[in-house]
Amino acid sequence: MEDSRAYRIFLPLAVGIAFLLLWEGLVRHYAVPEFVLPAPSRIAQSLVDNFGSLMGSLMVTLKVTILAFLLAVVGGVGLAIVFSQSRAIEGALFPYAVILQVTPVVSIAPLILIWVGFDRVELALLIIAWIVAFFPILSNTTLGLRSADHNLRDLFRLYGASRWQVLSELLLPSALPYMLGGMKISGGLALIGAVVAEFVAGSGASTGLAWRIIEAGNRLDIPKMFAALLLLSALGITIFFALSWLEHTLLKRWHESALRREA
Amino acid sequence: MTPDSRQSLVSLSGVAKTYGSGTLALEGVSTEIARGSFVSLVGPSGCGKSTLLRIIAGLIEPSAGKISWPLNGGARPADIGFVFQDATLMPWARVFENVYLPLKLKGVSRKDAEARVGEALQRVGLSDFAAAYPRELSGGMKMRVSIARALVTEPPVLLMDEPFAALDEFTREKLDDDLLELWRGQNWTVIFVTHSVYESVYLSERVLVMGARPGRVLQDIHIDAPFPRGRAFRESTGYVARCAEVSAALREGAEA
Repeated sequence: MEDSRAYRIFLPLAVGIAFLLLWEGLVRHYAVPEFVLPAPSRIAQSLVDNFGSLMGSLMVTLKVTILAFLLAVVGGVGLAIVFSQSRAIEGALFPYAVILQVTPVVSIAPLILIWVGFDRVELALLIIAWIVAFFPILSNTTLGLRSADHNLRDLFRLYGASRWQVLSELLLPSALPYMLGGMKISGGLALIGAVVAEFVAGSGASTGLAWRIIEAGNRLDIPKMFAALLLLSALGITIFFALSWLEHTLLKRWHESALRREA
Repeated sequence: MTPDSRQSLVSLSGVAKTYGSGTLALEGVSTEIARGSFVSLVGPSGCGKSTLLRIIAGLIEPSAGKISWPLNGGARPADIGFVFQDATLMPWARVFENVYLPLKLKGVSRKDAEARVGEALQRVGLSDFAAAYPRELSGGMKMRVSIARALVTEPPVLLMDEPFAALDEFTREKLDDDLLELWRGQNWTVIFVTHSVYESVYLSERVLVMGARPGRVLQDIHIDAPFPRGRAFRESTGYVARCAEVSAALREGAEA
């Protein structure tokens, strides 16, 4: 176990450091111009120089991402529960959820911006990020609610369980691993949705990280572009680990996916 | 003691089941099951024994015929214990929660249920495992939890659908003996589905031999050996003879 922990943490870390050193060395050795590829040290410098504005932008993007994600969880789980109670409603609505999912969000984004209005651009960003994040939670939870053990369903029937009892005691716990899987996908998608929405909104209407990237690109401030990109990646990684931790914490005692087996 | 001297707990007349696809799963089963008796349904796969058990439980509606419960004014009792082939426990809940489930669904508070759950666990010898998760238990222990869950409401009848089929032989024999002991200690009726001739003869007062295509009862064989039964009975010539009798009835059904 000690070994596997060391491998899981230090090996990728060592690879990352080696990569950065190689990058730094090559850029210096070949004197690559900064607007083509800045050295890691230059990116770090830019991060420090622009710390205030970048952090402000990070907060904007973070807020949109987290709000969109939470609304996607509430909406996705809620709608999946409605679907589990009535096949008719599921049959009637699910195709539209699919249409919403398969239509590329970039192509709806301008429309949403126009509808919501450029004066309320954060609301538009939120709606776009929500559309992207919503579907994995809906479809995974729907599948999970259907996957409850049939004998357990019979047992609940035998003891005269109410609809609410079947839902709260049987269907939701059975669906939990699926739900968490959907949330892990949606967490990343909410960030992608927020970034895409900012790109589309563009022209200074938004002040998130994606806008900083466009802005820095227009000014050929490539180190700042990289610095903003670094923060976006860090944000994505943080979201992923936070959700992985949540999943592990909730499932570690009982679900196969979270069990460690002795080799 | 002949079963007829006891009151009839459940009475089946002409119970049949045709599935949507047109398959006749069960045709015209008529029998009486006496209160306090131990009855086995034995037969090959597809003979409708599980279907019959589920009809008795009320999980499946029969397509024809009638089931009545004379001791309960004709209606099915609200408490029926059911044990499935796999333990069918909730993996996310501790053993205590699993056994508490039937009482919880009936609105009994945890405080009021605690003693009864403890007693049920004690009966199956799992008092020390109330806080364990199902995955931490062996197959035999999971099955004991499943039995404790079925017993916690003190049902008048315990329906068991090939409960020990997936267990190894030693565990199965041990659970057979434990089950007989539980049955003798209380006033339940047990209806036990199995595909093992040996198990059915060992456990039961009465074996209903069933045949397939269509599912039906071929013979009703009384196993009149006295209880308690133990190793001595398992190794007796009487046991072997009765197993042979049940096997012969099964073969007859297969050839017909």
